[in-house]
Amino acid sequence: MIARNLKTLSQALAAREISSAELTRLYLDRIARHNPRINAYITVDPEKSLAQAEAADQRLAAGAGAPLTGIPLAQKDIFCARGWLTTCGSKMLGNFVSPYDATVIARFNAAGAVNLGKTNMDEFAMGSSNETSFFGPVNNPWDTGRVPGGSSGGSAAAVAALLAPAATGTDTGGSIRQPAALCNLTGLKPTYGVVSRYGMIAFASSLDQAGPMGRCAEDCGMLLNAMAGFDERDSTSLDRPAEDYCRDLAANAGDKPLAGLKIGLPKEFFGDGCEGCDPEVMRLVEAAIDEYRRLGAETVDISLPNMRLSVPAYYVIAPAEASSNLSRFDGVRYGYRAAEYGDLNDMYGKSRAQGFGAEVKRRILIGTYVLSHGYYDAYYLQAQRIRRLIANDFVAAFKQCDVILGPTSPSTAFKLGEKAADPVQMYLSDIYTIAVNLAGLPAMSVPCGFAHVGQGGGSVWLPAGLQLIGNYFAEAKLLDIAHRYQQATDWHSRRAAGFD
Amino acid sequence: MTRQWEVVIGIETHAQLSTQSKIFSGASTAFGAPPNVQACAVDIALPGVLPVLNRGAVDCAIKFGLAVGGEVAAKSVFARKNYFYPDLPKGYQISQFELPVVVGGQLGIQVGDREKVVHLTRAHLEEDAGKSLHEDFHGKSGIDLNRAGTPLLEIVTEPDMRSSAEAVAYAKALHALVRWIGICDGNMQEGSFRCDANVSVRPVGQKEFGTRREIKNLNSFRFMQQAIDYEVQWQIATIEDGGSIEQATVLFDPDTGGTRAMRSKEDAHDYRYFPDPDLLPLIIDSAWVARLRAAMPELPAAMRNRFLADYGLSAYDASALTSSPEAAGYFESAVAVAGKASAKTCANWVAVDLAGRLNKDGKGIGEAPVTPAQLGVLVARIADNTISNNIAKKVFESLWNGEGGGEAAAADRIIEKQGLKQITDSGAIETLIDEVLAASAAMVAEFKSGKEKAFNALVGQAMKATKGKANPQQVNDLLRKKLLG
Repeated sequence: MIARNLKTLSQALAAREISSAELTRLYLDRIARHNPRINAYITVDPEKSLAQAEAADQRLAAGAGAPLTGIPLAQKDIFCARGWLTTCGSKMLGNFVSPYDATVIARFNAAGAVNLGKTNMDEFAMGSSNETSFFGPVNNPWDTGRVPGGSSGGSAAAVAALLAPAATGTDTGGSIRQPAALCNLTGLKPTYGVVSRYGMIAFASSLDQAGPMGRCAEDCGMLLNAMAGFDERDSTSLDRPAEDYCRDLAANAGDKPLAGLKIGLPKEFFGDGCEGCDPEVMRLVEAAIDEYRRLGAETVDISLPNMRLSVPAYYVIAPAEASSNLSRFDGVRYGYRAAEYGDLNDMYGKSRAQGFGAEVKRRILIGTYVLSHGYYDAYYLQAQRIRRLIANDFVAAFKQCDVILGPTSPSTAFKLGEKAADPVQMYLSDIYTIAVNLAGLPAMSVPCGFAHVGQGGGSVWLPAGLQLIGNYFAEAKLLDIAHRYQQATDWHSRRAAGFD
Repeated sequence: MTRQWEVVIGIETHAQLSTQSKIFSGASTAFGAPPNVQACAVDIALPGVLPVLNRGAVDCAIKFGLAVGGEVAAKSVFARKNYFYPDLPKGYQISQFELPVVVGGQLGIQVGDREKVVHLTRAHLEEDAGKSLHEDFHGKSGIDLNRAGTPLLEIVTEPDMRSSAEAVAYAKALHALVRWIGICDGNMQEGSFRCDANVSVRPVGQKEFGTRREIKNLNSFRFMQQAIDYEVQWQIATIEDGGSIEQATVLFDPDTGGTRAMRSKEDAHDYRYFPDPDLLPLIIDSAWVARLRAAMPELPAAMRNRFLADYGLSAYDASALTSSPEAAGYFESAVAVAGKASAKTCANWVAVDLAGRLNKDGKGIGEAPVTPAQLGVLVARIADNTISNNIAKKVFESLWNGEGGGEAAAADRIIEKQGLKQITDSGAIETLIDEVLAASAAMVAEFKSGKEKAFNALVGQAMKATKGKANPQQVNDLLRKKLLG
């Protein structure tokens, strides 16, 4: 049962082959057994989960089930869920029980899904390894000495270790796609504005977007169907007609299902452009391109000339927004307050000094600096101009192709602690993903094989991810392109050993 | 000494907009609720919440832009003003910075009998903060977030004013205007209309402005006058003593009548403004503006000019009657009944008698027990010589006390019932005058010896004999004829 994809799970629940309560208990038992080894969950609350499961069972019994009714899902701890501890990976919110539901949570609740628990993450989603979490690092199920990626590292590890059928993530600079790549999952960051940000604790408001993480494209499509939709409580939410993101997946398109598809290969992702990229990862990406050609797609060389500016621009814009977004965590109304303090400023200073971790403080400092009087034009405005140039690059590229392909991450999972001391090396983990957030485009990471890392007895096979970038609102097309590849390959169905 | 100094004043006003709910949340804006009951998840800035703009607040800003002849910006942008304070839940205030919703505009003011135009720099939308309560918490502070997120329009002038009197005249004109167009209740005690004054002085003839100090939170016109006067004297004295003015924010203390510095330029905040990524730029299309333009009431300046031209009112009366839409409406309704020829009499009654009576009872014009139609009938009776102006005051008092019922013709009933109709039969008046002259030989002699005062006394005697009902002019004429003839 735990190896099934969401569609077959959904069918099993509808057919009453298994109850939601049984399925939920199955996963709760697995979490109890395996989570201590990987630390994927911050909060598990069996009582709450089972109550939801029982309600789902009643709904299923009444024949009123929706596709996700009764399916347990892991929720990144960035989403406020009523009655649940919602920490965002921070000591600052270590005691915060949300009195309200994020729109994403409310939509899953309405669909009858079961909240299986809240997953670990980099503190306030700031990190690419899940090592900045106040609740400790997450271990990659493929090699527990390595990181799962971040910031949605807990969600990625939970699904990879079969401690959840699927999970939610959020992606500000690659936080869904990079951990998906490092844990052999399929992850989708939708077009900015497709999924409501209401109740999702803000890191960088103009970049944050929630999305699904699952074992295959179809699972992601089913989750996105529940997550997406206009929300009047989010002014940046897009008011568009609802769509079925799985609509193209069922059709049998023969042995050349992608005939006519033009895949753009940016020179900045290949050859000279990928200095510092693991050659093993590039070899796997090249093999995936060959597979796509076999499926009927043609490739065209394109260029994204301003791609190289994306990391610096991002590390101005994201910290700028974060420095302001995190000001509300001041110890006054909720969250952490220092036990001892003198006057008001001392209370602020101590609460924030003690409540935030080093990476969060670093980004608040950067953000405060770039917005300061005299620096705003040189940094913030300049970064916004670059952001526009990057978005224009994509607009031009999509005149030549339907989808852009490249690696998700320059490397496979790195060792715990390997990059923790060098923020710039850590920031470069997102070199292929960040431009997508700056442009607001949808993109996926799809498992594309395994790289042999290390030597002798210590060597391991680690998953690599293929990134597919679509034009605005091309989620259904991206899912289809990923799905055809997954029908022709089995990388996505390989399982990490040791989690039976 | 002060003659060699010129005072320069600019005013920033925070007008609380009369919307039912807050500018970025659905919580109520009603005043006076127990602390924190009108603060929802958005107002207290829980993790993850987002602002959604209340279009009613934008309506108010557009109306203001139209009323002052400013440019309603097709695109304006909300920005975050970042600073830490316990009553600022997000750690930033959503305001507008580089692109405000209204640019420019002007407001005409009257200082004594002089008119002047004050130019506006801008008006922008923003949210209010909560309140810190420093009493009753035993050394701690309480925070009330009911006011957090209340919509404000901040209206900024050019440094156009040259005296505290001009500043107060501007503040009063602005206060009248925002109430007139219905965007602010103007309640200064509840903080709905608060002014900050930027004050500097410079030697007469100098082009450059002096260094300014900003007096914060002036919540009455009287305090504004006092604060500016004190500040101006202080600045001049400081400079004349060889000192210099440092840019600073100061507070006015009503108890001492003085100002004291709150913070200097050195510890001024760097607010790190940047566009709020949670809100889209505010786009106002011409249809939105046109819809509100069509619904705009006649503005006080235009109405004042119309009152001058159409009714021949004095400048004073025209200004007094256009101080509020209620006063203007009352006056015009009364004229509609009394007739346009009696407009000046109506104006006098509304601006003097009615206003005085309302003031005495502490009532607003909306609460006047005498309806405009009743007053119109009363004025008509003066015009058609049914009663004299003096008797009309009696009738007015009866109307005020509810005698004569509620209908428009109540004045007629009172005149009838109390027998106040003017005596115009000259035969009857002549008889009375003869009686008065016979009984006042001494006064007659005085008059004849050249004492004009005695004449007035005789008129008084005659009026008294008629219980005031004789037409005073008629009495006057007849008496003079008899004495001189």
